[in-house]
Amino acid sequence: MTTKTPLVEMKNISIAFGGVKAVDDVSVDLHEGEVVGLLGHNGAGKSTLIKILSGAYHANAGEIYISGEKAHIANPRDARNYNIETIYQTLALADNLDAASNLFLGREIVTNVGTVDDDAMEAETRKIMGRLNPNFEKFSSPVSALSGGQRQSVAIARAVYFNAKILIMDEPTAALGPHETQMVSELIQQLKSEGIGIFLISHDIHDVMDLCDRASVMKNGKLVGTVNVDEVTDDDLLGMIILGKHPHENKEDA
Amino acid sequence: MKDSAKKFVSNVGIDPRLLGMIGALVVLWVVFDLWTGGRFLTPRNLFNISVQTSSVAIMATGMVFVIVTRHIDLSVGSLLGFIGMSVAALQVHVLPDIVGLGHWSIWIIASVAAVLMGLVIGAAQGWVIGYLTVPAFIVTLGGLLIYRGAMWWVTEGQTVSPLDPNFKLLGGGAEGTLGETLSWAFGLFASFAAVVLIILSRRRKANHGFVVKPVWAEGVLIALAVGLIMGFVWTLNSYPIAKGARARVAEARGLELTDTLSLNHGVAIPVVILLLVTVAMTIVSKRTRFGRYIYATGGNPEAAELSGINTRMLTVKVFALMGALTGISAVVASARLGSVDVGLGTLDELRVIAAAVIGGTALAGGFGTIYGAVIGAAIMQTLQSGMASVGVDAPLQNMVVGFVLVVAVWIDIVYRRKVGV
Repeated sequence: MTTKTPLVEMKNISIAFGGVKAVDDVSVDLHEGEVVGLLGHNGAGKSTLIKILSGAYHANAGEIYISGEKAHIANPRDARNYNIETIYQTLALADNLDAASNLFLGREIVTNVGTVDDDAMEAETRKIMGRLNPNFEKFSSPVSALSGGQRQSVAIARAVYFNAKILIMDEPTAALGPHETQMVSELIQQLKSEGIGIFLISHDIHDVMDLCDRASVMKNGKLVGTVNVDEVTDDDLLGMIILGKHPHENKEDA
Repeated sequence: MKDSAKKFVSNVGIDPRLLGMIGALVVLWVVFDLWTGGRFLTPRNLFNISVQTSSVAIMATGMVFVIVTRHIDLSVGSLLGFIGMSVAALQVHVLPDIVGLGHWSIWIIASVAAVLMGLVIGAAQGWVIGYLTVPAFIVTLGGLLIYRGAMWWVTEGQTVSPLDPNFKLLGGGAEGTLGETLSWAFGLFASFAAVVLIILSRRRKANHGFVVKPVWAEGVLIALAVGLIMGFVWTLNSYPIAKGARARVAEARGLELTDTLSLNHGVAIPVVILLLVTVAMTIVSKRTRFGRYIYATGGNPEAAELSGINTRMLTVKVFALMGALTGISAVVASARLGSVDVGLGTLDELRVIAAAVIGGTALAGGFGTIYGAVIGAAIMQTLQSGMASVGVDAPLQNMVVGFVLVVAVWIDIVYRRKVGV
């Protein structure tokens, strides 16, 4: 692709859980303003790979470079310091807290005396939700009282609010209806135009074909290959996912 | 009618569950008062209940955090005994040799030692739970046995008495109160603080352009807060000092004793301690990051971890806080009795857990309020005192308390399901 330094390079990443190699020598990368889809069956290692980037897991081997510099990501706090934000498939919301508390969890706005400023956080939450999901009104309810789409928009707001440069979205549309899926698609386009790099984990090929620039396919913990979405068909991708078969001879190493 | 009542409550902005608990408490009071022919709702009895509630209620506020983070602490009763015995021995057998018998500093050293001891032991338990990942149930069950045994070794089973006279004031009693004047001042100060807080909160919300409650609702809230505080002080200020203690108390307060001198108890010092702890713990739970992380961890530990919260360290802090509060309770409980025997604190862990749970703390984690636990402790103490005063046998008392515990939690579950939280 481009010769510019990639925003993220994950090189030769491996991780094993009790002898099972969940991710085995996988390298992927991501450029500014690019959406890279991560495809594969359940258990292919997509989420595990991405949790290494977000700091939830620690790789046994391999290196991560952010904007060309070697990055040390030992925990989720480190990842956040590199402006890596993650929208987890499980959403990772504390169901008993309200939207504002979840949005700012771990990064609360505090007053001069160091107490959490709930009113200021609610005001900020109202602002960003006004942009992302104008119908959202339940600011004082715990998020357990929200619909799937509303919960998703809280998780998205949390990732977007803190000026992410690198955004990881793990199955962002799995729990959503058509209207909300459309909303997420538009959001991805918008973030992309702002220069944010996005890893989109999905097992829906159509999502990937519609939204992504490139797709990296994993199978049984190994990388099958990375392709430009424009140059492959649905069937090519399916072949990669199911059979682990690379469609082109000229495997590109962007 | 029912709808308008609901609307009234939501307008004023009081948690319906708080109303339910206060309602239950008031119903119990009225029932026992009718049953005993007016001997229950007297200043004297309410004073005693307030003092007897303090020790368990102080610990219950800490137990809320422990249970909210999906843990349990079975060791608090034994720990209270161990700390109580240790600082009793300290002030009776050790400190008089160093600073002199009856020295003014003894109660301060003993109290600080109690809190520090609880803090360190609690932190150690929290470390085993958080970092070595041994379940809290097991760690604190071990603690229950260890501290009870350790308590015996402190004096080889001997009862320690008499405690330092100044130290004993921390347990209440005729002298261990604020006295009338200070009680009124305390009430006025608390009322003033409540009014200021309500007004400031409203102003802050208005500044952000949020919808604020109607002015009348704030007025009702202020009237309720001030009324409750001043009513409480007035009640305790109406309990006269017994004849035998008049001379002593008058001297302690620097008053000249005459036959017409009006001497009343006022707010007991352990109750003041409880109220300060309640306010501080409420601020911690609602207004600090630490408190926010406790609830977040209880609601979804994985999410808390992914948000960068160090949940292991949080566990250490929660148990350290529980230990420190147990230290405070140990001071209050031993000071109230004036002596410490090896039975001090026995079964307190169950009273404390029951108070937190009756007060709406969910064992599944994530939910629980400080004020709920304090009211829960008051409900338990009311039941116990009430049944004793109507002559219910001790075994039957325990059966009733056990039954109430189960029913209270069941009601809470039904309520939660209904409102969908």
